[in-house]
Amino acid sequence: MSFINYASREINCKIVYYGPGLCGKTTNLQHIYNKSAEETKGKMISLATETERTLFFDFLPLALGEIRGFKTRFHLYTVPGQVFYDASRKLILKGVDGVVFVADSQDERLDANIESMENLKDNLEEQGFDLEKLPFVIQYNKVDLPNTTPIEELRELLNPGGVPDMTACAMTGEGVFETLKLVAKQVLIDLKKGGS
Amino acid sequence: MLAPQNTFVMYEEELNRIIVLIEKLLRESNSKVIFLVDKNGQLIASTGATENLDTTSLASLTAGNIAATGGLAKLIGEKEFSILFHEGEKDNIHISIVGGRVILVVIFDHRSSLGLVRLRVKKASEELGAVFDDLAKKTEEGGEKAAVDSPFAEITDDDIDNLFN
Repeated sequence: MSFINYASREINCKIVYYGPGLCGKTTNLQHIYNKSAEETKGKMISLATETERTLFFDFLPLALGEIRGFKTRFHLYTVPGQVFYDASRKLILKGVDGVVFVADSQDERLDANIESMENLKDNLEEQGFDLEKLPFVIQYNKVDLPNTTPIEELRELLNPGGVPDMTACAMTGEGVFETLKLVAKQVLIDLKKGGS
Repeated sequence: MLAPQNTFVMYEEELNRIIVLIEKLLRESNSKVIFLVDKNGQLIASTGATENLDTTSLASLTAGNIAATGGLAKLIGEKEFSILFHEGEKDNIHISIVGGRVILVVIFDHRSSLGLVRLRVKKASEELGAVFDDLAKKTEEGGEKAAVDSPFAEITDDDIDNLFN
């Protein structure tokens, strides 16, 4: 649910990075944080365990610039990927404007990807959202590793609906901003239609 | 009340009314900082000694806090916990829900007390609730017109591409 503030001429949107444990959601946000100009970003908050696994969420506010005299701000969130944090994941999806599904392209994580995608659909439905109507993109992360599932196969299993998708390597930052751009664009187009 | 997934719109007139109300609450409760956040973590308004505060982070964490305790409430069969109180060594935070969807946060120290804050918050909540009701009505009535007048109706692909340059 975007927040349009006519008084301060601002528009705020919420984007959630979803995906199985250790797929690179937090790494995506960290890269965006490290590479964004000082004046455009706020503080990045990570509610993580001592072993740096996300416990509740990561949060990064990002100001992208102006559209038609309105400042556009995106609030980026990640969910905890581990299966047993499902109650927390549901809470973070509240009021979401766009979702990025970060898939772990490694062979041994194929089942985890499918399970997480099903979990995303279920949790969105519970909040009254339909994934097919929501701005949604998929990122196939870790494609630089040797033991990955071919992209065609990943696409067939995770993206039967043909939403915008791309490959990435969040550790080096390859594809990270491109993914953000893909989802931001969809969110803004949705806003234009008067949807969300 | 606003439908849960509608776009939340704030107009100048209502924002001014809200600011008057929270400034009054700040004085009457003798508190340090007051801010209003929507349940999704967007900061709506703030007043008081906010210069050294990261209000964006505060807003997001407050909403996370309310969401988490709301989840706890449901687990034990409650609808929600409408008031949260965090006591610190110097500063305390009083968090309450206004009109079912907006979060009112009051930060205060020894110059005030929990009793005073609770009393003043209760009165201010009613007045703030009325403003948000008006806002909901206005958004509903203006919904179709706003879609036509919306500054975003004419966004072009170039506008969007420019954001990332």
